[in-house]
Amino acid sequence: MQKKAILIDKKDNVATALCELNKGDSIDVGIEDHAVTTVLSQDIPFGHKYALKDIGQGEAVVKYGEAIGLATQAIRQGEHVHIHNVESQKGRGDKR
Amino acid sequence: MKFLGYRRGNGTVGTRNHVLIFPTIVCSATVAQMISNKLPGTVYAIHGCGCGHVGEDKEQVLRTMVGFTGHPNVAGVLLVGNGCELITPEVVAGELAKIGQRLETVSVQEAGGTTKCVEQGTRLAEKLLREASGMNRESVDCSELILGLECGGSDAFSGLTANPAAGVASDLLVAEGGTAIFTETTEMLGAEHILAKRAADAGVGKKVYERIAAAEDKAKSMGMDIRGSQPSPGNIEGGLTTIEEKSLGCIRKGGNTRIMQVVKYAERPAKRGLVIMDGTALDVHSNTGLIASGAQVIVFTTGRGTPVGTPTVPVIKVSTNSTTYQRMQENIDVNAGVIIDGEGTLQSVGQRIFKEIVEVASGKLTKAEILGHREFDIHSLGPVL
Repeated sequence: MQKKAILIDKKDNVATALCELNKGDSIDVGIEDHAVTTVLSQDIPFGHKYALKDIGQGEAVVKYGEAIGLATQAIRQGEHVHIHNVESQKGRGDKR
Repeated sequence: MKFLGYRRGNGTVGTRNHVLIFPTIVCSATVAQMISNKLPGTVYAIHGCGCGHVGEDKEQVLRTMVGFTGHPNVAGVLLVGNGCELITPEVVAGELAKIGQRLETVSVQEAGGTTKCVEQGTRLAEKLLREASGMNRESVDCSELILGLECGGSDAFSGLTANPAAGVASDLLVAEGGTAIFTETTEMLGAEHILAKRAADAGVGKKVYERIAAAEDKAKSMGMDIRGSQPSPGNIEGGLTTIEEKSLGCIRKGGNTRIMQVVKYAERPAKRGLVIMDGTALDVHSNTGLIASGAQVIVFTTGRGTPVGTPTVPVIKVSTNSTTYQRMQENIDVNAGVIIDGEGTLQSVGQRIFKEIVEVASGKLTKAEILGHREFDIHSLGPVL
């Protein structure tokens, strides 16, 4: 069966959609014995990320087991995680 | 864990037992090819370098030639020169003598033309072939393996399937005491702080920053800003949010272990474990650099598909998705697309890649080898004067 989303590292607080996912879908991801079920509160396009748990404002968004940026606002479990609520910690002329 | 390899006189271990016909200058490339064509048991590697190099470029080209021809997968090498070039067979032979590589040399000018040089070269290569044929594989610890990691023709799945699965394999090899080298410095841009955090010590961390900054400066000096527009609008549409995320997808093929050393293009690591080779993102040039650094097996992840092999070192091709695998099955060894299909996990595919590495190191042919792919080039920094 085609997998709907993928979790890359146990430390991650986001998973990535492997197909178009819809609001209300219940998605399971996991690594070995670490499993997470998330009900989506928004549509998630293919290749995009959703939150596996609540992420507070200023907290790190973690993918590949590493911080890929900081949440610019509180992100609820099941929400779309992208440029509207995450900012890079690199290449910031104003924050070097 | 053990594999079956060729233990060389100088202690290094080969995964193949090639006799290599190698021109030290582009001018003798056809002669080298002619010699190799007369003896099907040999391989050749032709390129456009050997003369007009200065400074750092000269060092890099020579280092690459020495690393490539002195590699443990080469049982013996015939160096073919023209006679008046900067890097003559004698220059390379002088370096190879220090590491005890079996070699012969021949030059077109000295032999008195193409035909005589081909004749002389063929006689010498026959001798090398006979010697090589007497060598046998023996059981060797996997800690002697150096794995090269390369990605090309990336797609949206690269950072989700093939690269992280290759990372699992890399971690498994490092756990066995082996070495894994990943490269393509421009694809690390934006993840310097993440890589530096994984550095074994402060010196390595500093070097990570330096080398990535140098790649960025080089792009800037050519009037390009590779960071200002990263991730690109297309990347963002595809779901990539930050430069860190994009670069992590690329570097993930190096797995999760500590970075023990940063080496130059074609420089042999002094340490075991995970190593970064500072180098170009051009696939064929990258492969050569990895081989010259000592890699005896290469894992090459690809989204769009690639046929590329090398003259002396096996390349295991890993596809990121099943569509590419189905379309190019004759070129691809392992399909990481099964992770999307629900028929595998990053861990199971990573273990499968590791198993393939050990089997290929022990003699199993890769699809690129079976099809006869022997792409080769040397990364010259230029300018060639």
